Amino acid sequence: MTVIDGIAIYVLWLRDMKRFFRAKSRIIGTLAMPLFFLAFLGLGFNRMSMPGMPSNTDYIHFLVPGIIGMTMLFTSMFAGMSVLWDREFGFLREIMVAPVNRVSIVLGRIAGGTTTALIQGIMILGASVILGFSIAGVSSFLIAVLFMFLISNTFIGLGLIFASKMKDMQGFTLIMNFIIFPLFFLSGALYPLKNMPFWLRFLSYLDPLTYGVDGLRGALIQFSSHTLFFDFIILSGFSLLMIFLGAYFFEKSESV
Amino acid sequence: MNHMDAIGVENLTKQFDDVLAVDRISFTVDQGELFGLLGPNGAGKTTTINMLSTLLKPSSGHAEIAGFDVYHDRDAVRKSIGIVFQEPALDNRLTGRENLEFHAMLYGMSREERRTRIQEVFNLVELTEKANVLVENYSGGMKRRLEIARGLIHKPKVLFLDEPTLGLDTQTRRNIWEYIKNLNEESGVTIILTTHYMEEADYLCGRIAIIDFGKIVAINTPVNLKNTLGGDVISVEADPPEKCFEAFKKFPWVREISRHDGTISLNVDQGEKKIPLLIDRDQTGEGFEITSISLRKPTLEDVFLHFTGKTMRERESSQGERNRGHFRRGR
Repeated sequence: MTVIDGIAIYVLWLRDMKRFFRAKSRIIGTLAMPLFFLAFLGLGFNRMSMPGMPSNTDYIHFLVPGIIGMTMLFTSMFAGMSVLWDREFGFLREIMVAPVNRVSIVLGRIAGGTTTALIQGIMILGASVILGFSIAGVSSFLIAVLFMFLISNTFIGLGLIFASKMKDMQGFTLIMNFIIFPLFFLSGALYPLKNMPFWLRFLSYLDPLTYGVDGLRGALIQFSSHTLFFDFIILSGFSLLMIFLGAYFFEKSESV
Repeated sequence: MNHMDAIGVENLTKQFDDVLAVDRISFTVDQGELFGLLGPNGAGKTTTINMLSTLLKPSSGHAEIAGFDVYHDRDAVRKSIGIVFQEPALDNRLTGRENLEFHAMLYGMSREERRTRIQEVFNLVELTEKANVLVENYSGGMKRRLEIARGLIHKPKVLFLDEPTLGLDTQTRRNIWEYIKNLNEESGVTIILTTHYMEEADYLCGRIAIIDFGKIVAINTPVNLKNTLGGDVISVEADPPEKCFEAFKKFPWVREISRHDGTISLNVDQGEKKIPLLIDRDQTGEGFEITSISLRKPTLEDVFLHFTGKTMRERESSQGERNRGHFRRGR
């Protein structure tokens, strides 16, 4: 009965693109934080070496995949939760009352959110090249983009789950502080997970971003704790699960 | 249910936790009719609209729009209706044209159809010059007109207008009224609107359902509703009002009498001849004094009072109490 409506997905994607490219100040705003992390941590700690880090690389090379993961996490969660903004500004009703099935609405949002997140992730990668980061080649770039795509899908799905469960924006800072930041710090984006106590490392293995960052590292600097294939499988599993749950909860939520 | 009906509603009910928002309402709306749901805030009008437009699932009862069941044929209903919500539902970061384009594409219209229809509806609401301006720069009235235009792009059989002039200034309200009236007369689209403005319902609607505490208490044309009260309304202010009320109640020709704070309302025939009799009574030493007296033809406000025993304003404050618990959970 449920037919995927390609036009609806395209329209929702197009809307996200228009909004994204029109909000120049917002792009700068969302890119500023990862850029500062990258510039200050990367340059400040560059001479440092940590146990668990590859011996032949600078800290900034270790850090760049982590910061790209961070960018994907933040922008994707915000994209998933943008349903809340639409609900707040009433636009969600316009979408919900249209003769379009809910799955297509979810897919449209994921398409739009993933595209904007990918653009931002690639911009960060470009900025890090300016700061002295070197990419091995085209194939490592493409594998990195594949991982960015999976990270993005996962967290848009998670954002949708939260947005469907919340009625307004009040819980947003709670989500930010108690979900997004812990996911970021647990992922090993800033330091090797080997240095964390066992119980924290255990939590890290539950964090989808851990596999995303590890995969990005494997792709970009050929250094990872797991094989790329393992990271790919685990992260694909997470992203399918999150998209499914996000669509399920979105479908269930009352639209008014 | 007749096949010519644009809307048919039977025992439609919505229960939110412990609040019965809509209580077994039934009505039908003919094709091309301009039908109004009149009632205080919180009476259940928007909940009714949300059920009819498939945004909320009814708890029981059923409803059909253009022959499609709102529960079982949701997509068919969605294709048949246009809706203007109480609060703006526009994307402020897009231009007016982009908002309409978005809508037309969601409704599966071809490029050619979109181009001509969007131009038509822009002309209809006189926003052609503002088509390429971001909606965040629109005034309240322009936004409302844009939403009406958007609701019409896909040529719906039924147009829902939920409090179409809420929060607009008097001048803009008048203009919107004219748009709505012309729209209904010229395009023949069936319109169902909700309002808590008496004069709006009176001016626009061919028929009105008065809704109170989730129930329809009366349904008829504005003229017939006012005629059910019979004659004229005399409002009397007196001191002390209790004594005056008791005294006036004894007149056999008083068809109906009620007291709200200091004001006593009487329903009588040939009101102008009754005023002297009321004033005479003042002189008989029963211990009250009339301070003001006025005569008018009944308004919908009087009709509401007649059917519910309360004025709309009194109802709104008590409905607020009743719904507060619901909103805390519901929103």
